[in-house]
Amino acid sequence: MEVKINDTAACCDTSVILCGIKLDNPVIAASGTFGYGYEFSQIYDINVLGTFSFKGTTLHPRFGNEQPRVAECPAGMLNAVGLQNPGVDAVISHELPAMAKYFHKPVMANVCGFSVEEYAEVAERFDCEEQVGWIELNISCPNVHGGGAAFGLDPKTAAEVTSAVRRVVKKPLIVKLSPAAADIAAVAAAVEAAGADAVSLINTLPGMRIDLHRRRPLLANERGGLSGPAVFPIALRMVYDVYKAVSIPIVGIGGVSTAEDVIEMMLAGATAVQVGTANLVNPTACLDIINSLPRAMAKFKINKLSDIIGGAHI
Amino acid sequence: MKNIKKTFTIIKNEKIARATYEMKLSGDVSDITRPGQFVAIRLDGFFLRRPISVCDIDDVSDGGSGILTLIYKTVGGGTECMSTLRPGVELDILTGLGNGYDTKKSGPSPLLIGGGCGVPPLYLLARRLIAEGKHVSVILGFGSADEVFYEDKFREIGASVIVTTADGSYGIRGFATDALPHTGLYTYTYSCGPEPMLRAVYKAAATSGQYSFEERMACGFGVCMGCSCRTVTGYKRICKDGPVLEKEEILWK
Repeated sequence: MEVKINDTAACCDTSVILCGIKLDNPVIAASGTFGYGYEFSQIYDINVLGTFSFKGTTLHPRFGNEQPRVAECPAGMLNAVGLQNPGVDAVISHELPAMAKYFHKPVMANVCGFSVEEYAEVAERFDCEEQVGWIELNISCPNVHGGGAAFGLDPKTAAEVTSAVRRVVKKPLIVKLSPAAADIAAVAAAVEAAGADAVSLINTLPGMRIDLHRRRPLLANERGGLSGPAVFPIALRMVYDVYKAVSIPIVGIGGVSTAEDVIEMMLAGATAVQVGTANLVNPTACLDIINSLPRAMAKFKINKLSDIIGGAHI
Repeated sequence: MKNIKKTFTIIKNEKIARATYEMKLSGDVSDITRPGQFVAIRLDGFFLRRPISVCDIDDVSDGGSGILTLIYKTVGGGTECMSTLRPGVELDILTGLGNGYDTKKSGPSPLLIGGGCGVPPLYLLARRLIAEGKHVSVILGFGSADEVFYEDKFREIGASVIVTTADGSYGIRGFATDALPHTGLYTYTYSCGPEPMLRAVYKAAATSGQYSFEERMACGFGVCMGCSCRTVTGYKRICKDGPVLEKEEILWK
């Protein structure tokens, strides 16, 4: 029995290519749920990951929103952290050199901003960093005012920020899309035309909870972003729709918690997936998913994971 | 590298005061190194873990297995669910979370001030301080007589104890800080409780000290930035850089 399982593992090919860079497996820890990887590297060897996308970075340091920032929901959670980060200078001078000690693969740099110029400046800075494999342009954070999601709601503004960044960035450019857009497939097509090498979707969905004692919105920011298993079917449907609209690779994000979820996302059209909120309730979520992939692949008669990308489409 | 996710088995889960339960669990407690640390419990039907401060650990064997004591109040669905769990039930717990109190700073006669749910972590703290030969005074603040717990337990280990109740139904009438004139000289202050109480202690206490804060958390191990706060020394994560902050670094909201 033991031997059989090992044989299965050996003949399974979990690797995928994302914008010309090979990932050992399609599991990418999502931005905002993995910090810079340090805390997880104390728990398991994070080099087993395909890669991870580090905490969204702005030009200047940000504290983010006031407390409370998180709330529980059935099958998920709301967050309104508001892009707390130390700013691009500190990430490059401090976080990236520290990260090199425990993570030895190309990492994904998640870039945020409040203007087209800010996005371009932060992205250009990361483009010069050897450790960075991909730039992930976050035009979909719902928790900041006057920036973030505003760029991702409309195909025209999404294309503007994408082309401005494209002009200054040589590395693969992934644009992270908002599920709050009226037509996410149209936004995806617009950023593809503007030079994006891939799209990642979805960011969190705008949501709210009300504190019954205080009769006020529970979060200080009032609204927050919904994530977790609750959003998986929505994310899956959007990946499916976007796959029909673009020819660039898709990174599927939203409630992925098991190896079966990974396979489902890939069948819908994802080349790779990001695992986010699952990391917060189970620190070894990514490791557990990666370890159970070979068995799940055997169960569904998959020899090469990259063969199934978009397989659910007729 | 070590996995902080451990399986514990409930050996006792009993009501000890109004809406207050004491849960004892057996499992690997080796990651709990300081009083004031907390654990995060996964419960069926609830998405986020429940952070609960460590009240006590004892009987640690060479393999790290021992008894973990938690005291929690039923304040919502999650803790209501916890109160229905029976001995024998296994729980998925992240353990050894947070920084905890530093007993080395106490001087010879520390004062411990706890309010309500803030009382439990002071028990292991008191035990450790007394084991280090220090003279420990404790003020325990509650709302009413039927909410009082652990007064005797603190006395049994050799602490001087003063109890206050807000309604005057037991001990000194008033808040925990109203008992400050009744204590002798103290060399350091350790506190844990609701934020209004911590503010009052901060103003009234004569010495430096360490204060344990509560905040809504998602992960509990420092990655989501859900519980960040501002301090004199920069932004801190209550779950990882806290929950214990030095008095001198606190910035009140």
